[in-house]
Amino acid sequence: MEPIHTHISRQFNAELEDIRTRVLQMGGLVEEQIGRAISALVQGDTTMADAVATEDYKVNRMEVNIDEECSQIIARRQPAAGDLRLVVAVIKTITDLERIGDEAEKIARMATRLATEERPKNNYMEIQALGNHVRLMVHDALDAFARLDIEAAIRIAREDERVDSEYEGVMRQMITYMMEDPRTISRTLNVVWAARALERIGDHACNICEYIIYLVKGKDVRHTSLEQIEKEILGRS
Amino acid sequence: MSNLPASNNVTSKLQVRDLNFYYGKFHALKNIQLDVASHRVTAFIGPSGCGKSTLLRAFNRMYELYPGQHATGEIILDGENILSPRTDLFRLRARVGMVFQKPTPFPMSIYENIAFGVRLYEKLGKSAMDERVESALQQAALWGEVKDKLRQSGMSLSGGQQQRLCIARAIAVSPEVVLLDEPASALDPISTLKIEELIYELKKNYTLVIVTHNMQQAARVSDYTAFMYLGELVEFGNTNQIFTNPSKKQTEDYITGRYG
Repeated sequence: MEPIHTHISRQFNAELEDIRTRVLQMGGLVEEQIGRAISALVQGDTTMADAVATEDYKVNRMEVNIDEECSQIIARRQPAAGDLRLVVAVIKTITDLERIGDEAEKIARMATRLATEERPKNNYMEIQALGNHVRLMVHDALDAFARLDIEAAIRIAREDERVDSEYEGVMRQMITYMMEDPRTISRTLNVVWAARALERIGDHACNICEYIIYLVKGKDVRHTSLEQIEKEILGRS
Repeated sequence: MSNLPASNNVTSKLQVRDLNFYYGKFHALKNIQLDVASHRVTAFIGPSGCGKSTLLRAFNRMYELYPGQHATGEIILDGENILSPRTDLFRLRARVGMVFQKPTPFPMSIYENIAFGVRLYEKLGKSAMDERVESALQQAALWGEVKDKLRQSGMSLSGGQQQRLCIARAIAVSPEVVLLDEPASALDPISTLKIEELIYELKKNYTLVIVTHNMQQAARVSDYTAFMYLGELVEFGNTNQIFTNPSKKQTEDYITGRYG
């Protein structure tokens, strides 16, 4: 991809730069939301959990605004080639970011419920670990989006496999708790929902990586195995 | 690059091989290799002076009208090299018709505008000629608007109607290929859309080649797009691919409005 500043129409440049910047701003906010939702759960902080729930509207508003700007660019500029792929990738990326925002809100809701319950000895260490993992994935995916770095995108997509197995591990652990002491079932289920939300965030980060590959290479790699993607995009077998 | 992009049921109507073209000493087309698919629309795009109109005009040897212009290489129309000196230019121009940027109706009636060209090639009786004129106007999507005023001057029509009259005139002699050189650039948006709609209809019966500066128009009407720059064919491919994911940087720069 060429740097956008070489465009003949400066106004068009400015518009494309603007949607790119706004996606990163939205991503920054979403990242914060994940971080706060995890802290709220781990620390039993209901004030922070409430804040996450009330801030979600900001994420939604950003999605609507960026979508609107993309529609205007399509109507007024009829973007082609790399410009078109940028607009398409942005529209798709913000949908996943918005969903990540929703998952963060879900985790915050679980945090509120768990705050009234007895705290486990390990202080929800497994949620903390899984949470840090997916938050880093989202952070790196946004970074790869900003730098149009497809190698990083593929690496992050690969990371999702680890998140999935970590999630499986958490699930096994939770099932063990519930079997050992059925009185913990209602509390443990809330932890399970939170873990599930984190695992979904990993999937959304993975989707964003696929859009980055589409943006840079013009190849739609959704529903393609990682091995196939590496072979086609990086030329490795 | 010379071959048509992989696709089903497509045969080449025109094959351009090692084509070079000179305006006197100026080398305007450099080693062009290109296939024009039968019953499809092929668009040539590129900045002014890139050679796209020159290439188009080579397909019916329009350049022969001007001294000092010559072509080398081959342009094969259904197996026959039309650049050969043995080619009958009169017949060639019936097989390969042309429509220009500015509508060029003759200063005669709408009916005569079409019958005039037909008479050059065929002897038809009155009723056969009437049928031919109606059929050409029907195909050019103009019949409904002019059927009650066929004796009026062609010059009395609007710009968009005049251009459709010119298309009717071109197809009245049953050509195989129709060349369109900026056919809609002097027309308003509605007339432009009518011409584009017509192009879509015409490819059932004819092979079309269009030169246009309007890239969205090329994207809308064509099946294949060739991007030319400084007399060279830079990239040729399926229109969908050229406009979403061109493989050459020069093509990307041009269609996205960046400096080349």
